[in-house]
Amino acid sequence: MTEEKGKYTTVSIPTPLAEKIKKRIEGTGFTSISSYVTYVLRELLASMEEEEKEEVFSKEDEEKIKERLRALGYLD
Amino acid sequence: MNRLPAPHGGKLIYRVNEEKNIDGMERIEISNDLAHDIENIAYGVFSPLEGFLCREDFENVLYNMRLSNDLPWTIPIVFDLKNMELKEGDEIVLFAKNGMVATFEIEEIYGYDKKEYAEKVFKTTDVQHPGVKKIMEMGSKLAGGKIELVKRGDEEFEEYHLMPHETRILFKEKGWKEIVAFQTRNVPHLGHEYVQKTALTFVDGIFINPIIGKKKKGDFKDEVIIKAYDALIKHYYLKDRAVLSILRTEMRYAGPREAIFHAIMRKNFGCTHFIVGRDHAGVGNYYKPYEAHDIFKEFPDLGITPIFFKSFFYCKKCGHVVNEKICPHENEYHIYYSGTAIRKMIRAGEVPPENMMRKEVAEIVMSYDNPFVD
Repeated sequence: MTEEKGKYTTVSIPTPLAEKIKKRIEGTGFTSISSYVTYVLRELLASMEEEEKEEVFSKEDEEKIKERLRALGYLD
Repeated sequence: MNRLPAPHGGKLIYRVNEEKNIDGMERIEISNDLAHDIENIAYGVFSPLEGFLCREDFENVLYNMRLSNDLPWTIPIVFDLKNMELKEGDEIVLFAKNGMVATFEIEEIYGYDKKEYAEKVFKTTDVQHPGVKKIMEMGSKLAGGKIELVKRGDEEFEEYHLMPHETRILFKEKGWKEIVAFQTRNVPHLGHEYVQKTALTFVDGIFINPIIGKKKKGDFKDEVIIKAYDALIKHYYLKDRAVLSILRTEMRYAGPREAIFHAIMRKNFGCTHFIVGRDHAGVGNYYKPYEAHDIFKEFPDLGITPIFFKSFFYCKKCGHVVNEKICPHENEYHIYYSGTAIRKMIRAGEVPPENMMRKEVAEIVMSYDNPFVD
């Protein structure tokens, strides 16, 4: 994993956990405990935000879109 | 109703305001290519972008392949100031020959290092690379800020042009929950069809989304690509399983970085999976054949699942299209699908054989005196 350039902050994790991570990343593409933790947290946070939350359009607008889709042959 | 994956950043951007009063604003003409990207911003193809990148985002994209809010983003979407005399705080009107009109609120003007830009995005500073050449021809300053679309451009093939708010409704209406996207800039040969159908077997539908716009000399013309796909889908796909829609944006030829960008755009269209082939968005020998596969490992938070394919070929002994995992026969039985070889054949007036290209597709390509971009 590429080391990133930019703003950073420090997060504390228990030393035994850091040791486990250090062993876990040996021989992988991760170059540091930080890059591994960053990767795992990004994955975790993204998995919580997977589904679409809100409809952008009103029912009326949605109907107009469906009409266009029908006119173009995308919908029957 | 089934729910599709959230757009990149959680919200589909929609910055269209046809009622906006633009009287008295300074007007600047831009290229149709840039106008396409403004439409892509306005209709959420580039969600979460609301305009052109300001410095902090631009630098984050260059160095970290992420926006300043940590969201994956690999290609800078920038406004080149060239020789325009504009200042921060100005709101101007941008218009293009295709009829597009938009407003641009200039939030920040900043300088940048062209070589660094080229090296980071294209992994080369060689001006033979089309993306590097473009950067080297740009001015010394960029402008960042939000845009608002007042009027869409009017161009050919609009009947094939869907925006994310439309595809999202279309996919829901079709009852599709898992959709695989296929990016292309070529007419389909049998290898493409095999890749698409292999992926389609495991999901509800395929979204075939050719890039239409500025390409390099020798690429297929837009019209040829669209007609060829129309024929392929008509004759060889189930109507309820495939959607063909164009994407108006230029090819950047940024290889691995562009593969991520292509995946993000398709996520915004509502797709759950994205096909990544050999030398995705590559040009010349600037990238390794499967470099675009490897880069996905750096983005566990992309929100769209890549499906990687290696090369497919026709095996004379198997009698159909196969790949290295499923064909036990020797090389002498294999016919490889090389885009370069197919283009060479077409240029020489030879019809590609049916073990390379569907006859309906070949007929369309061969009906053009010159199916390639000059």
